[in-house]
Amino acid sequence: MASEATQAVDSSTLWGGGRSPFSVSYGKMMMWFFLVSDALTFSGLLVAYGYARHAYTGDWPIGEQVFYSLPFLSGKYPLIYVALMTFILIISSVTMVLAVEAGHRKDDRGVIKWLGWTIVGGFFFLGSQAWEWSHFIHGTAGYILTPDNAKYYLTEEIPQGMVAADVADFGLIANKGAEDETRITGQRAVEIYNTKTIHVQGANMTINEYGPPQYGNFFFFITGFHGFHVFSGVVINIIIFMQVLKGVYRRRGHYEMVEKTGLYWHFVDLVWVFVFTFFYLI
Amino acid sequence: MERDDLIVNDSYALNNTHSEEQGVEIRKKIVKVTVLLSVITAIEVGLGIMIKQGTTLWPVVKWSFIVMTLIKAFYIVAVFMHLGDERKSLRYVIILPYALFIAYLLFIGITESNYLNDIWLRFKP
Repeated sequence: MASEATQAVDSSTLWGGGRSPFSVSYGKMMMWFFLVSDALTFSGLLVAYGYARHAYTGDWPIGEQVFYSLPFLSGKYPLIYVALMTFILIISSVTMVLAVEAGHRKDDRGVIKWLGWTIVGGFFFLGSQAWEWSHFIHGTAGYILTPDNAKYYLTEEIPQGMVAADVADFGLIANKGAEDETRITGQRAVEIYNTKTIHVQGANMTINEYGPPQYGNFFFFITGFHGFHVFSGVVINIIIFMQVLKGVYRRRGHYEMVEKTGLYWHFVDLVWVFVFTFFYLI
Repeated sequence: MERDDLIVNDSYALNNTHSEEQGVEIRKKIVKVTVLLSVITAIEVGLGIMIKQGTTLWPVVKWSFIVMTLIKAFYIVAVFMHLGDERKSLRYVIILPYALFIAYLLFIGITESNYLNDIWLRFKP
């Protein structure tokens, strides 16, 4: 590959200045150092999530039972949507590495094509995440608490502007998940529903229908922080894309800027791989 | 031991460009890793749907998820971020401090949370 492949370098030249001992430019090394610090932040968040989950003595929600919806479809498709998001991000990572590869061959058109697709992939991912957040926040039928602090899950969602009595097949599930799980229907279910102190649907920062409040908080913080990284990655990609169009890097003689943004973009994909496993799968 | 005073692979240096043949070679590698990452993700999703949490098989599946995630992470870092093509000294400067901190953080997090869980269960009213 390189012409100087077997050339020994005197260590006083190597570490004594004049040449990067790591054989990388200042900018690329600093990008790596930044990524290490950012990786520590994300690891801290995921370990904190694991800490909260391990310490919690009740039932922690399971990913496939919370995330099972697809847009425009009403059935249950556990994990399919998140898998799709993961796939979008992996593919955009691939197009990014192809852009970097084209840059090393000084192939302008290749860089423009692949970087363009990377930006498209980034927007797709952000759109998917917006839909998922919206779904998580609005939720499903939810549950109610009665004055004696009993918890009943609703079997049917009550549409806006209607009351429980109007809903056909309205029912409640008592002691959900336990041995003595029972289903209450008809007039009795409506009576219990009307004594409720609170009807929890979807999620907010203090309470959610899926599990303990920390679950919602970690969902918002971890996926939100990651989504913010994706958003800034898309913005940086667009800036670099415009620079390539203007021929800045052709004049500069190298496309290292594409490589450095590429490092950041792959890192975003890398984080999602871990979020996918530890938040959704396990 | 690998000698660090040799410039083993400087193909990503600023003053170096790749030839068309090198490009073909690199793209082949990219396609291979893409297929691998997609297949692993598909296996993960399939297992996640089929094996329910709390069954006897679940602990095996859980650990296989973690192993598969680490394999994916390795390929993203080594090939897509081509850290595998960088010099040994840079590889260690990036990986070692991170791995040390996280190993410690994981240890302390798991130990403390298990202890808390224990205490809360014991003193539950």
